[in-house]
Amino acid sequence: MVPVSYYLILSGALFACGVIGFLIKRNIITIFMSIELMLNGVNLAFVAFAAQWQHLSGQVFVFFVMVVAAAETAVGLAIIIAVFRTRETLNVDQVNLLKL
Amino acid sequence: MTPSLQLWLIPVLPLVGATINGFFGRRLTRQAVGAVALTFCGAAFAMALYVAARFSSLTLPHTEFLAHWIRSGDFLLNFEFYLDQLTLVMLLVVTGVGFLIHIYAVGYMWEEGGFYRFFSYLNLFMFFMLTLVLAGNYLQMFIGWEGVGLASYLLIGFYFTRDSAASAGKKAFIVNRIGDFGFLIALFLMIKHFGSLDFDQVFAAASRLPVETVGFGLLTSIGLLLMVGAAGKSAQLPLYVWLPDAMEGPTPVSALIHAATMVTAGVYMVARSHVIFDHAPNALTVVAIVGTLTALFAATIGVAQTDIKKVLAYSTVSQLGYMFIACGVAAYSAGIFHLMTHAFFKGLLFLAAGSVIHSVGGEQDMRKMGGLRQFIPVTYITMFIATLAIAGIPPFAGFFSKDEILYRAFLANPAYWVIGLFTAFLTSFYMFRLLFMTFYGDYRGSTASGQEHDDAHSSHGHGSPHESPTIMLVPLMILALLSFVGGWIGIGGRFERFLAPVFSSGELAERAAETGARGLEWALMGASVVAAFLGWYLARLLYLQKPQLPQKIADALGGLYETVVHKYYVDELYATLFVKPLVEGSTNILWHGVDQGVIDAAVNDSADGARHASDAARHMQSGNVRSYAGWVAAGGALVIAYMIWMGVR
Repeated sequence: MVPVSYYLILSGALFACGVIGFLIKRNIITIFMSIELMLNGVNLAFVAFAAQWQHLSGQVFVFFVMVVAAAETAVGLAIIIAVFRTRETLNVDQVNLLKL
Repeated sequence: MTPSLQLWLIPVLPLVGATINGFFGRRLTRQAVGAVALTFCGAAFAMALYVAARFSSLTLPHTEFLAHWIRSGDFLLNFEFYLDQLTLVMLLVVTGVGFLIHIYAVGYMWEEGGFYRFFSYLNLFMFFMLTLVLAGNYLQMFIGWEGVGLASYLLIGFYFTRDSAASAGKKAFIVNRIGDFGFLIALFLMIKHFGSLDFDQVFAAASRLPVETVGFGLLTSIGLLLMVGAAGKSAQLPLYVWLPDAMEGPTPVSALIHAATMVTAGVYMVARSHVIFDHAPNALTVVAIVGTLTALFAATIGVAQTDIKKVLAYSTVSQLGYMFIACGVAAYSAGIFHLMTHAFFKGLLFLAAGSVIHSVGGEQDMRKMGGLRQFIPVTYITMFIATLAIAGIPPFAGFFSKDEILYRAFLANPAYWVIGLFTAFLTSFYMFRLLFMTFYGDYRGSTASGQEHDDAHSSHGHGSPHESPTIMLVPLMILALLSFVGGWIGIGGRFERFLAPVFSSGELAERAAETGARGLEWALMGASVVAAFLGWYLARLLYLQKPQLPQKIADALGGLYETVVHKYYVDELYATLFVKPLVEGSTNILWHGVDQGVIDAAVNDSADGARHASDAARHMQSGNVRSYAGWVAAGGALVIAYMIWMGVR
């Protein structure tokens, strides 16, 4: 049996990778993937605890997160495509029309 | 149960007049403004006459309750009107003389700007003065007291575009504040120790206390504080300095407020509080000494003044001193008697002086008058009568009242009498000096008026002096008649007997001691008449027969004369001692130091601090989404770190 702490450390590492990627990358697709990485880090923590406590609600919650993430991805990719069509770039630093 | 006389109407009527003129006077014609002012003031006078007519049917003192004012625990205060013999005398003097002066003022102010404003203020003054006189308790009296101060301030500064008038008004108001401060503390002491401000209750409580012959007890303190208030309002040493400056106001104001009525409020207040003073002989001695010194001091200044109104102003201060001498020797009715006759002849003197000023086109310097007798005969005759009255020549009004005071002063302490007699001589001298300089000799003024003394009349240049209109002369004649016969009601002690029920507690004993001293009274009377004629003769010698002599005497006296001309440098002394330190202290410490340095600085510095902090914090709001995300992540990390640390503990 793998102890729950291993899972949690892995989960934290995944989440941290997501955060760092979100903060330092300029390519909007990479940023998007970093967000997915963070969500999955959280999901891993959910299922780890669900297994630990023999309780299904954690697993159920993961399904919800996945569904929402899928929806979000669909919307987000649509936005990215729209942005690319107008701006001809994927660099977020150049998508700054709303900035003063 | 005596019938209600609706006493509240007496003060309220002039208030109605003041309100109408104050709010709507701008749109009314001069005739209408004058009619409103005269109607309401005359109605108050009619009410006073009605009260006098019903007087004998009343049980005295007659009080009329109007409304509850303050109810706080045991302390109860009402709006209440109080009528006794003393009130009646004051009521008749204030409304009667006030009404005459209103009539005169319509003529005097006719060509003035702000006509409606003047009469609004004048009626307002009547309201407050009558409130003061009719008050049933000290606080109500205090309302009137402060109100007449306000009216006085407004009217002294009536020509507010003139700097000297504005500052004279301020001076009067501020000097009166000092006196009012004393009055107010006296009221606090009464509330604390007697639990009431009601005349009846305060006097009942005070008369139960023992007479404080030695030391400095409660009643002495109250008496002295009341005297501080009276000294402020009635222009006694050391607070008299505002009254001569108050002559900046229009002349009817000087006559009504600064001679006949308001300035006598202090005398009235002391007389009203006689129960307190009777139980505090030391306070009474102070009153007498202040009165004596003021009478002498002001009379000597009056001798060397050249401005006709200033002479009369110092004369007023001096005569008020006489009234305080009377109060100080517990001869309150003599003081009130002199108050009344003084209201007649001093009111007349001021009105006549106003008529003189009117006739010579606004000139107030007596050195530029002279020989006016043939130009303005009516003014001359009335003023001559008033001069005889104030000088104490029998059988004019001033003789009876002044003689009564001097006699009672002699009984108390011959020192008061000696100074009083000398003052009477000086009074006679400076008044006849005024008369001779103004009306005799040759006219020394220019025929075209160039002087800007009184805005009233400098505007229309006129040739030779001319008599005033009838509306101004009629009050002069009536007052002249009163100055002539006004003293006769005091013959044989009738006036004193009339007031006796009010002052009974203090005076009966002395009255008993007095019988059998008729010879003394006649001797003293003779002395004062001689003094009066001596003053007359001296003035005649110096200013009629040998007009070059006064200058020689002045040169011979040198420094002393200079000192008197400069009013003993009292204004300069006060300026150095009080005004300058106050102004400079306020400017440098309170204004630049505390206000700008601490209060403004605290506000400005905290605002500046907020601005600088915001300036620094502004850089967080970069608009860069990833930097916000970075902050969120850092915050989250911080929270987690904290929770882990807490968990470890």
